[in-house]
Amino acid sequence: MRDYLEFEKPLREIEEKIEKLAAAGSPKHSVQEELRKLKTRLAQEEVELYSKITPWQRTQLARHAQRPSVLDYVNSFCRDFQELHGDRAFADDRAIVGGFARFNDQSIMIIGHQKGRTLKERMERNFGMPNPEGYRKALRLMRLAEKFRRPIITFIDTPGAYPGIGAEERGQAEAIARNLFVMSRLAVPIISVVIGEGGSGGALALGVADRVLMLEHSIYSVISPEGCAAILWDDPAKVPDAAATLKMTAEDLYKLGVIDEVIPEPAGGAHRDPDTAAKRIAKSFTTHLSHLMDLTPEQLLATRDEKYRKMGVVLELTVQKI
Amino acid sequence: MAWFKKQKGNGPPTSPRSKSVEGMWLKCNHCREIVYRKEVDRNNKVCPKCEYHFPISVSERIALLTDLGTFKEWDANVEPSDPLEFTDSRSYRDRLKSQQEKTGRKDALVIGEGTINGRRAVLAVFDFGFMGGSMGSVVGEKFCRAAEKAKAGNLPLVLVTTSGGARMQEGILSLMQMARTSAAAAKLGEARVPFVCILADPTFGGVTASIAMLGDVIIAEPKALIGFAGPRVIEQTIKQQLPDEFQRAEFLRDHGMVDMIVERKHLKESLSTLLSHLS
Ligand SMILES: [Zn+2]
Repeated sequence: MRDYLEFEKPLREIEEKIEKLAAAGSPKHSVQEELRKLKTRLAQEEVELYSKITPWQRTQLARHAQRPSVLDYVNSFCRDFQELHGDRAFADDRAIVGGFARFNDQSIMIIGHQKGRTLKERMERNFGMPNPEGYRKALRLMRLAEKFRRPIITFIDTPGAYPGIGAEERGQAEAIARNLFVMSRLAVPIISVVIGEGGSGGALALGVADRVLMLEHSIYSVISPEGCAAILWDDPAKVPDAAATLKMTAEDLYKLGVIDEVIPEPAGGAHRDPDTAAKRIAKSFTTHLSHLMDLTPEQLLATRDEKYRKMGVVLELTVQKI
Repeated sequence: MAWFKKQKGNGPPTSPRSKSVEGMWLKCNHCREIVYRKEVDRNNKVCPKCEYHFPISVSERIALLTDLGTFKEWDANVEPSDPLEFTDSRSYRDRLKSQQEKTGRKDALVIGEGTINGRRAVLAVFDFGFMGGSMGSVVGEKFCRAAEKAKAGNLPLVLVTTSGGARMQEGILSLMQMARTSAAAAKLGEARVPFVCILADPTFGGVTASIAMLGDVIIAEPKALIGFAGPRVIEQTIKQQLPDEFQRAEFLRDHGMVDMIVERKHLKESLSTLLSHLS
């Protein structure tokens, strides 16, 4: 059974009719004709609905409970996945998963936030909100990849780093900062893809990369629309406005020059057709990896350095010396 | 409560709200005692009751750390833009304009060069007075320039932070400043140029989770609040009261997150000695 979001209600009605008719299984021509008409209408409604989707509706899609996760994608287009656990200092944070896998016959390191699907799994994975040990596990695995010259692919999908007492005690800020510091100079190709929610520093800590990609309906922001509405408007009703104002959709980020590619999703979102979504992601990885693997480590670092050095918009009055 | 005790003798008058009182007396952000402003000013803006270090201005900070008259500011004309055309109850442009008028600065970071007990150093100092010391594109750009000049001249970089974190009004671009500045710190590290951070009250969010935590040595001022998530966000998430002194400098030191806590009156000497070990 599909999970419908509030704004997807018109689709639900049509789909329910289709299901009813199909279940009845009548071979009558009129029924078959009706079914065909309904399916056409559904497709039209879908195109209509998703073509004028708002940033807040996108946010809901990005957080959809059935949205494919890093483990779904890895199982779909990688072989020989060997999950590796622990930061060797404190614990294994299950909000982040990582390990070696084979992609197009190339051994790579996969790292990603994992939110979990069932309530039980979500709780075990802390809803994809890592503690410092999660980031330190990721760092350990990235260094391991560099040591054996394996490219790194990270999957971003988190509401943010966990705001808790233990997280502060164990240095949440330091763990994130260290990842940014090290990732900026790791001498192997890094590709990041935002597959759902890119929640602030907790997302960026896996997101310093040579190529940053986003799925069409994913979001990436410095603060959640809820947090922004609370701080700037002090009004929960302003959440949709905050979502629009923050410019946090894949399209916005592409226009701002922060990401390199928007990967189109199947109609209705990746969860409606995970296989197609996976194929498109895999195709994009193949293209980017082949470019990046051709670069020497020096070229790779110089290009990454230049990319981040230029990130930001400032004005400067230059006084000409006469 | 201390408040009532203090009403006897030379304590403050009963109405703490009146203007003259606000002018003469100050409520400590840490121990909540009402203290005599002049006494605080005479004491490097340190609370005489609990040693809490009140925020000081950028010029006071530079005067505290550098030798008299040696500081030269760089790139004061780098200005913020409004890439998102951000508007909440007020437009970002309006906010910037009023902050610029208030502070006389274009944005929240001052960079430049001066000497510390005769030793040349590059300084980068956050201005909490400018939009809460938040980090947007200008702060990122200027930090990178400071790090690049430190690297080119083989001069130690001293960063003083007071910041609420990333600047929301620049959206994703402000988040990217964390990556950008951390990358600059990484290159400084590869060149073995010393990088010392001094964390003042308060230092939070995206600034803590990037450059503030990346110094070769991290110094904190006594009682400074330092953290990733703000205390209110944590309380709302865990639905518990936070322990006393949570996220204070001493708490961070006890958990191994900062190297040392140095009182303001010893800060220049400590920094100078430290730099002599590093360069
Ligand atoms: Zn005090």
